[in-house]
Amino acid sequence: MSQSGKSALVRLDKVNKSFGDQQVLHDIDLEVHSGEVVVLLGASGSGKSTICRCVNRLETIDSGTITVDGVPLPAEGRELAKLRAQVGMVFQSFNLFGHLKVLENLTLAPVRVAGVPRQQATERARELLARVGLADKADAYPAQLSGGQQQRVAIARALAMDPRLLLFDEPTSALDPEMIKEVLDVMVELAAEGMTMLVVTHEMGFARRAADRIVFLDQGRILETGTPQEFFEAPRTERARDFLSKILSH
Amino acid sequence: MPEGIREVLGPLGHGLVLTLAMTGLAFAGALVLGVLLAVCRISPVPPLRVLGTGYVTVFRNVPLLVLLVLFVFGLPDVGLLFSLFATVTLTMALYWAAFVCEVLRAGIRTVPFGQAEAARALGLTAGQSIRHIILPQALRSMVQPLAGVFIGLALSTSLAAAVGVAEMTGQAQFTTLKYDQPLTGFAATTVVYVLITLTSGLVAGRIEKRVAIHR
Repeated sequence: MSQSGKSALVRLDKVNKSFGDQQVLHDIDLEVHSGEVVVLLGASGSGKSTICRCVNRLETIDSGTITVDGVPLPAEGRELAKLRAQVGMVFQSFNLFGHLKVLENLTLAPVRVAGVPRQQATERARELLARVGLADKADAYPAQLSGGQQQRVAIARALAMDPRLLLFDEPTSALDPEMIKEVLDVMVELAAEGMTMLVVTHEMGFARRAADRIVFLDQGRILETGTPQEFFEAPRTERARDFLSKILSH
Repeated sequence: MPEGIREVLGPLGHGLVLTLAMTGLAFAGALVLGVLLAVCRISPVPPLRVLGTGYVTVFRNVPLLVLLVLFVFGLPDVGLLFSLFATVTLTMALYWAAFVCEVLRAGIRTVPFGQAEAARALGLTAGQSIRHIILPQALRSMVQPLAGVFIGLALSTSLAAAVGVAEMTGQAQFTTLKYDQPLTGFAATTVVYVLITLTSGLVAGRIEKRVAIHR
């Protein structure tokens, strides 16, 4: 994987951010290249979710730059909306639109934002639902689905915009254990198909199996970056060893 | 029909027309102004928020009767001459707009923040997000409170009698004095007011069912 700055799809350069008095990101430098799966690991409050949310500017940064495909993130407005349309996001709490059927959840943005004809958007939505194993739920409302099913719909909704990058903000943290697998299976499949992904998760199995690169954070700083093998077999920092011993001990 | 009842009911009919016209016009005005005020109150622009909050504080906390007297006798003093009916209807709209504003604001708050975030993340603009995601879900929780405002407004039109509008309650007072039939007039108006409020409650129930979230 080339690490030259030019080919980076997402690039964070000296990004700092505070919530009030508390600085949550310290000089973050991070690149995600096309086709790469980068997994952010770290304890709660380490800043991993904040990084994820800064990339599509759901959170603003205090200093530094974030570029997507070489273009700095624009301020809130039409330009930013255009950029967000190319960056899919999957949330911890699914956030499916409660008043719309599953199929309408998938077609809303393609029709309203991308200007895709409704017929075409509907066909594509049905394909995507079949792909996440929920072809029969097109006419259901989100509240009628299980958590795992809702999250798979949410992934399909993000894919419906043909994003160049998918952000996952703890996609399985709100799920019962038996539903985690069905969501991770879809994510592993996407990773194998070459989707560019930035994933915040506590699922070490997924990180090991699907990540090209692990980024380990602690208290708003990047402590380690490496392949899953490097990170899990031979963590370089005491903090990472401590983190892994706690998470992998049972 | 006993002597006197016809004489009582005739004027009440004329009064009812005014009552309904005042209710309809004032509610429409309160809705429009209430939406604008709600937009101000949730706006990211501080001066607009101050304006919205100030308006609601003033109009929600002064008795409607006081406002009616102030507007009916005060507006001509500053050179603004409207018909009595127009002035009273306008005052009602201004007063109830403050309540509509708060109903809308509370309704918008019932929509989880994640809904707007998901909409933004998909590339919807702020306007599209409000129109396609926030409002359709907020409206459901606004139906009954708005019906409450409508009922309050409909009943409060009776205060117009105090500043000389010959709406239903005003007519009841005249007939009481003229025919010495206090019970007939006020009993009849009570029945009509209750019919108006019960109907609006029924209509609200229908609307609420139609827009309910399917689960």
